[in-house]
Amino acid sequence: MPEIEIVENILSVNDQLALNTQKDLDGLHVLGLNVMASPGGGKTSVIYKTIEALKDEYRVGVMEGDVVMIDVDKIAQLGVPVELVNTGGDCHLDANMVREVLPKMGLDKLDLMIIENVGNLICPAAFKLGTHLNVLIASVPEGADKPYKYPNMYRGADVLLLNKMDLKDYMEFDLDYFRRGVEILNPGVAFFPISCRTGDGLAAWLDWLRAKIQEHKA
Amino acid sequence: MHELSVTQSLLKLVLHHAEKSEAVRVRTINIVVGQLSSIVDDSIQFYWDMIADGTIAKGALLNFTRIPAKLHCNDCGHDFALNEQDYACPQCGGIKVIVTAGEEFYLDSIDVDLQEAVSN
Repeated sequence: MPEIEIVENILSVNDQLALNTQKDLDGLHVLGLNVMASPGGGKTSVIYKTIEALKDEYRVGVMEGDVVMIDVDKIAQLGVPVELVNTGGDCHLDANMVREVLPKMGLDKLDLMIIENVGNLICPAAFKLGTHLNVLIASVPEGADKPYKYPNMYRGADVLLLNKMDLKDYMEFDLDYFRRGVEILNPGVAFFPISCRTGDGLAAWLDWLRAKIQEHKA
Repeated sequence: MHELSVTQSLLKLVLHHAEKSEAVRVRTINIVVGQLSSIVDDSIQFYWDMIADGTIAKGALLNFTRIPAKLHCNDCGHDFALNEQDYACPQCGGIKVIVTAGEEFYLDSIDVDLQEAVSN
């Protein structure tokens, strides 16, 4: 029986589509964010607060990976373009879903495109979308052991926000244990403790993001 | 959890290479899966049996080679296996560790028939 040598990444088709998206973004100097978190970690809240703060400085568009319109409607209140990427119940977004919606985004009129991925700490880590930065949002009520339990997600993050810091005094959250896990998996990753509810810590995150947008426009 | 879409990608890749070689049947598919790639072998075989139906890869055997995760300590140079509770170096306690194996997830090779086998 003849054996055919292949040695090809099984997700190579996805990776190629992601690369095409990245080229489209780069051609128009649009910075792309892939926002990931567990369900209820605060993805939509972070995106909302971020747009609220930046929308007079930069042109922002959002893709919402979801099956219902709740988050789309919430973001639309801010008056920025937002499109649903209907996942049909899938556990993650992939590059193909993103590419199908991309023409509707009006990329030539954007500086920043934010993609809200499906709430899940396993599957989205495996599928590149073509965005430039993986934004991972952890939250205090999830517990400090999450880096140890979802190493692939933590290793792939370009920036880590720890949300719901206002609840820290009510939870047994061992910040040192959390940070140690992060440091092992992703040494030196940009880290911002925040609270979307009180607004604490958001300014530092926003400054970091502004610098990234500027870098990308240059 | 995302094994269906992974299996669809795998099927596309297998059929592409099989057709390029003018194979008439795919018998075995050899896949390399690292411990850190969060892929469940059994689910891939399960989906395979459904989605490969009607293709020349129907009924193919999926053969998985598992690669255990290995880490390397940048502080003391020690190489060690992954302890899922704690990634720190068991020799010096250092946390400057890098993953040197276990992230693989690729199609290694396929075994094919190049013409219809004579039935026996």
